[in-house]
This record gives sequence, structure tokens and C-alpha cells, in this order.
Amino acid sequence: MSDKVIVRIERSDGPGHPSRWEEFQVDRRPNANVISVLMQIQRNPVTTEGKTTTPPAWDAACLEEVCGSCTMLINGKVRQACSALIDKLSQPVTLQPMKKFPLVRDLTVDRQKMFDALKRVRAWVPIDGTYDLGPGPKQSPEVTELRYVLSTCMTCGCCLEVCPQVAPGTAFLGAAAISQVRLFNSHPTGAMNASERLHGLMGEGGVADCGKAANCVDACPKGIPLTSSIADMARETTKQALKDWFLRDERKGGAGPAG
Amino acid sequence: MAERYIVVGGGLAGLMTVIKLAEAGKHVDVFSIVPVKRSHSVCAQGGINGAVNTKGEGDHPDIHVKDTLKGGDFLAEQPPVKGMCYAAPQIIYLLDRMGVPFNRTSEGLLDFRRFGGTLHHRTAFAGASTGQQLLYALDEQVRRYEHDGLVRKYEYWEYLSFIKDEQGACRGIAALELRTMEIEAFAADAVCLATGGPGIVYGRSTNSTINTGSANGRSYMDGAIYANAEFVQVHPTAIPGEDKHRLMSESARGEGGRVWVPKQKGDKRRGKDIPENERWYFLEEKYPRYGNLVPRDVGSREIFAVVKDLGMGVEGQDAVYLDVSHIPAAILDRKLGGIMEIYEKFQGVDPRHEPMKIFPAVHYSMGGLWCDYEADAKNDMVPGSPRQQRTNIPGLYAAGECDYAYHGANRLGANSLLSCIYAGMIAGPAMISYARNNMKAKGDVPGSLLAAGKKQWDERFNAIYRMSGPENPYVIGQQMGDLMIKSATVVKSNAQLDVALGEIQRLKESWKRCNVLDTGRTVNQSAAYVNQLWNMLEIAHLILKASRLRDESRGSHYKPEFVLPKPKTAKPTDDAEFMAAWKARNDRWLRNSMGTWTPEGPRVEFQELQSLKNPILAPEPRHYD
Repeated sequence: MSDKVIVRIERSDGPGHPSRWEEFQVDRRPNANVISVLMQIQRNPVTTEGKTTTPPAWDAACLEEVCGSCTMLINGKVRQACSALIDKLSQPVTLQPMKKFPLVRDLTVDRQKMFDALKRVRAWVPIDGTYDLGPGPKQSPEVTELRYVLSTCMTCGCCLEVCPQVAPGTAFLGAAAISQVRLFNSHPTGAMNASERLHGLMGEGGVADCGKAANCVDACPKGIPLTSSIADMARETTKQALKDWFLRDERKGGAGPAG
Repeated sequence: MAERYIVVGGGLAGLMTVIKLAEAGKHVDVFSIVPVKRSHSVCAQGGINGAVNTKGEGDHPDIHVKDTLKGGDFLAEQPPVKGMCYAAPQIIYLLDRMGVPFNRTSEGLLDFRRFGGTLHHRTAFAGASTGQQLLYALDEQVRRYEHDGLVRKYEYWEYLSFIKDEQGACRGIAALELRTMEIEAFAADAVCLATGGPGIVYGRSTNSTINTGSANGRSYMDGAIYANAEFVQVHPTAIPGEDKHRLMSESARGEGGRVWVPKQKGDKRRGKDIPENERWYFLEEKYPRYGNLVPRDVGSREIFAVVKDLGMGVEGQDAVYLDVSHIPAAILDRKLGGIMEIYEKFQGVDPRHEPMKIFPAVHYSMGGLWCDYEADAKNDMVPGSPRQQRTNIPGLYAAGECDYAYHGANRLGANSLLSCIYAGMIAGPAMISYARNNMKAKGDVPGSLLAAGKKQWDERFNAIYRMSGPENPYVIGQQMGDLMIKSATVVKSNAQLDVALGEIQRLKESWKRCNVLDTGRTVNQSAAYVNQLWNMLEIAHLILKASRLRDESRGSHYKPEFVLPKPKTAKPTDDAEFMAAWKARNDRWLRNSMGTWTPEGPRVEFQELQSLKNPILAPEPRHYD
């Protein structure tokens, strides 16, 4: 094994700026990962050709694959840089920013649309308040275990990056937000507002836009059953649409108590 | 005109503060260097404490208070600890109502597990990523308020400093947009800092890269008192890494994990091939009652002694075994899945079948911004008092790891998520009371004050962009980390601290010869880092100075030169000689170190605890064997 690591980074000074490749060579350290290599470059930002450059910009925080920050394309595959161990990567290691999100600079992109999608689908349990209102509803361990897995989504963007339905100009929400609807609709209190969230999944960019490529479930670093979530929510939105149609008179008012 | 509130930091403490403000109908601006969902609270693994007493053990908030105070060797003001422990069960219920997928019993109730420094099952948990799950729950509630127009998020904005008026009160903040590098000043009637701990001052720790402590460092430079800086917790069990040390949660031991080394020094066999009778379970042997669940400072010291003093580390390395391989894999996946994955992913070894190699790593700062509290004669916290969580700067509040308040000289596991949320719960109402009391008297924040705040920082950053010296700031940061690891972790000595105090001055001089590395105005991370680095150097300096001055051993702060003799009786209180020495030590050192910034360096004064005049619990010797 070589005692050096060669890294090629696709860089750009921002949207509208041309991109360029820069190559770096650093000493191979035990247990190195892509983050530790980027840190080595920060301490000596000189390319293989000997040109002094600026340290590449990248996002990072937890470095243990629970925050989602450091997602990028590593040897062409979208994943977190912190869990990308150098010993398991072929060289040269190529690093690129995710392509389905607006570029900010170098390896940093803007994933705001994922957080906006969480607003659209109302991904929360609407509690009455933070006062002392006693224990929550009882839940079976089985339901909680499924909800836990769904709830480990760290909004990293891998599922959007690999989705053929997500491209500049398309409105598809993507698997992450759809799966969050399943998470909240399976909570006893959250279920009371299930239809609100399902409506968030209907219409333009909603669950019907899924092309069933199923790339998302393979790309998810947390092993979230995204395709099951999508199938489940597709069924539920269909039921909701029928219910909306049958109950259209009620909705216009007249029946039931006001409010 | 409506009041304006600013919360800096979007971890558990910050978001809970935001929720309390928004719930009262207040408009809040929340500033965070990362999208709040990516804050460091996600790293907390094991759980959150609350004496809910569902296991028939007779647990009670009073016992939680006692465990917490004793765990911190009584260096915490007592009423806030009592308030926290009494609020804990309802906080856990609240999180459950928000939808946190806590592990459940077969009856569908919340499950609880053991943690360090207590003999009760008191820790609610969501797998082994409880912090992530709690943060997401609060993030969701804040998103709801954002959707309703009460909360405005400024993500990718870094706090630079608070803005002070002529009377010395906080009237807003200056902040840097980390993408466009624009600097702006924002007015506020009250500001809460919830900016976390300073782990990155140590280079590599269990902390996220964002935990620079920069906001605290700068606030300290601007007059906020930073208390008990010398108390930095070293967690016994982490996986050493090149970029960071990854935590292996205390819950591994809470669920039955055992710490051991081979009895034969330098044994070359794989851990799983070493028979039971050739393993030395040194914690269980020395601490029969608490076993592997001694408090963290005790655990880290014992591991250090085994590895450094006895040379008994696994294969001669800086490592001991943390073993969960005797626990059925299905239980491990259900209760510890998150950390099983981390070990497997980062070490390439399956901890379900082989013991893990771990070593202590810097983890948590008990010290932080000093803040006040108000309690009644019964030592109950006064609801809505503007003094709760308020720093010595009027209008400036602190909550979460960035405050100094709840953990004394050593934090118990699973008390941090709790203290973050509790501090946020009382900081919000306190800020509202403060603003209401002061708005009329103070009026609107003068535009000139904001303009001056912005101008100061524009000039500072223009100077940073011009820095073209020979020193790489990241190399200085690495040197600072190495120095701090060597001088201020598990075992401290005055000789080494004296050396370190000289070294830190030298690093401060090097900072002045920094090269900014990048003069651009788009995501210029190195310019932001150069600014953070100075603030980190100030915190590092204070940690070293306070460590040097505290000539005793208490909790995480341990100097072999100043250790009490071992009591000669089973119950320490029966040994009169020991008790006399213990009392003399407390008379001198059961005090908060109060750090004030001066241009010549940190000034540290030791101040008696207010609550010891009328304590809930009289201090007692801290023993776990």
C-alpha cells in the first residue's frame, strides 16, 4: 500500500463560476477518512503540482454519520465523508459536490429545499404546549422500533441525489419528506392530523411523482425503508383522495359542528 | 413595539429556549452556524435522566439531586440542580408527547436503563442516538413555529459578539453570514447564548467540528464571566480517530458492557480468544457496588492508571477492552444499535462478537459562562425570574453546555440532555421578564449602537483578510489541541501547566503571524476560522490558568500532588483524620473559579457558592467503592 493518498477535488468559486479539478497528495495516516485528509489539506493547501491554493470549502459537523452535513460524491458515489475510510477507497479519491442541489462553493451545496419540504408536509406532532400535561400515549415496542428507524433520517440528501425524478426545475419532494409523513402519521397523536400531511404529499411534486427507480433505498446511509414508505404513502394518499371526494359536501360546510 | 429576542445556537438548549419564547407568542430570531438539525446535540447517545421510577426501585427526584450533586463533588449551586431533577420526569413525558421514539417496555411504557453514578434505572433512551432523536423533536416543534411565522432562522450565520450599550447591557449581536461573508448587527431586548462547549480547543475530542467555544470565548473577552473552566470531562470510552474521537456511549456499560484488560501484560491473542479467567475486570474489582458504572472521571482515571502507570493496555497500546459480546446481538441492536454501527463502520470489527478497543477522550465542559439563579427560601427556583440563566451582563443569557451551572466538577451521564432542555425551559421565560422590565426604560436599540457594532467587526475581518504571515492557522489549532491534551485532561501537574501557560502565549503570538489562506468572500472558512481560533486560544488560556490555580483534586480536575489521603475506615465519615483533611480542603476549594478576561491574560478568583449558606444537601465525601 502506498504511503500517500491522492485526492482530486472538483472545485468552483460559486454558482456561475467554472469548475476546476485540483489534485492533492497527503501522507497516509492510520484510520484516515476523507475528513482527516481534507484536514491535512487545510494545514498545507498546496496541490500536487506545487501550486498554493485556498483550502477547499466543505461542510462537516458530527463526523460520526448522525448529522448529515458532510455529504458529497466520493468516487462518484453519494455518501458522508466522515464514514468514507481511505483504506476502503480506490485511488485517486475523487470528491465532488452533490449535483442535485444548488452549488454554494467547492463541496458545499444548499439543501434548504429539503427543510422546506418538511414544512410542506407538516413533519411534526402538533402538541398542545410544553406544560406538564402528563405522559404521552402508550405505544407498542414494534411501532416504536419502526418509528425509530424512520426517525433517524438526517436530511443528508443522498436519496434526492440518486433520484432520477429530482433535477433542476422539477418539484418532486423526494423520499426523505415522504418517509417523514409515514413517521408522524404512525404516532398516536400525529395520526390525528394524518390527512393534513397526506395533502402535503398530493399535487405537484408529491408522492405521485415517484418514478419507482428505488435508487433511494440503496443510497440511504441509515437503512431507512424508503421504498416501503413511498408505497405506503402512495396508498394512503389515494385513500385520502377518495375520502376527499366522498366527503366533499361535508367539507363545504353544513354537516357537523362548526370549527 | 413588540420585543425582539435572539437565541444563538440551535442545539437542544437553544431550541428549547426558542420554543418557550414562541409559545408565549414572542418573535424569535435564531442564529446557527449550521442548519439547526445538524447541531452537536445529535451526538449524544445514551439517554436522558429522570426519576420516573417505573422499575419498582423507589427512585425519586431527591435521589437524582443527590446523585447529581455528589457526582459533581458538590461544586454546583443546588437550587438549579433541584429544579432540573424535579422537572426531569415531565421533560421526558413532554419529549414523548412530541413523538420521540423512546424504547418501550412490553406494556408500551417508556423503558429506562442504568447509567453511571447512580444505582437506579433512570435513563430514558431512543436506541443509542437519543440526542439525535431529542434534537429532531425540538427541531420539528421549532419548524412548526417557523411555519407559523414566529421564528426566523438565520442558518449559516456565526455569532461574533454581543453589542453592549453605555450601561453595559446587551442590546443585540453582531453576526457573520458564512456564505457571503457579510457582517450585520441585529437588535434584541434579550439574547441567549446556547452555543455549546469548547471541545475543539483540544483538537480531537468526541465533539463536533463546530464546537469551537468561539462564541463563549468572545463573550468572555467582552466581559462575561466564564466559571469553572478547569473542569473538562474526559469520557472513559471512545474510539481514537484521526479526525475525531468517536464516543462509545456509557449506555454500553449501562446495558451490561464490561471493561477489562488481559491479565498477562502485552498478551498478543485476540480479545475474544482470551479466556474469562485471564481477564482483569479492574473496575468491577475495585468498585464492587458501582462496577463499570462509576462516574466518568473515576472511570477515566482508572483506565489511565491501568494503561499509563501499569503498562497493561491491550497489546501495549493506549487501549482497554469494552466488551458487550456476551449480550445477545438482538438486544444490542435494539438498545445500542447506533453505537454498534459506529464501531463496525469506523473500525471494521463487529462489536457484537469481539470486544471493542477504547480509550478516554475529551468530551464535555462542566465549566462555561457563569449564570445567576433565583430561588425561594425552600430552595425552589422562582418561575419566570429574570435572573434564571442570566450572565453577569444584563440582557445576556446562557443555556446548555455553554453555561456552567448544573454539573459541578463532573457531569453524570445522561444529565446533559436534561440540563440543556431544563436550562432552555427557564431561560425563555426569564428573557421575557427581563425584556418586559427593561423595555420602557431602555427604549429602542439606537441605530448608532448597531452601526458601531457592525463597523467594529467589518474592520476586524478586513484586518483578518489582510493577514499574510507565514503561519497556517489550522496548524496553530492543531498545536493548541496537542498542548491542551498534554496539559489539561485526566492527570494535571503544576509543572506541566506552567510550561503550557508559556506555550499558549507563544501560540497567541503565532496567531498574529497567521496567513488567512483565502481572501475570497464566498464561504471563506479559513477567515472565519482565524477569528474563531483567537477566541479558542483565549478559552484555552483560561482553562490552563484556572487549572494551574486550583490546587486540589475534585471531579474531573485531578492533580496527584493534591489528593486527599484514603480514609482508613469503610465509611469515610468514621475517620476523623480524613474528615478533618476533607473539611479543610472544602473550606479552601469548594468554590467556583470565576474567570475574567484582561488584556494581560485571565484573572481567576475563587468564589463561595451562594447556595451552601442554606444547602439542600450538606456536602459529603465522594466515594463509590
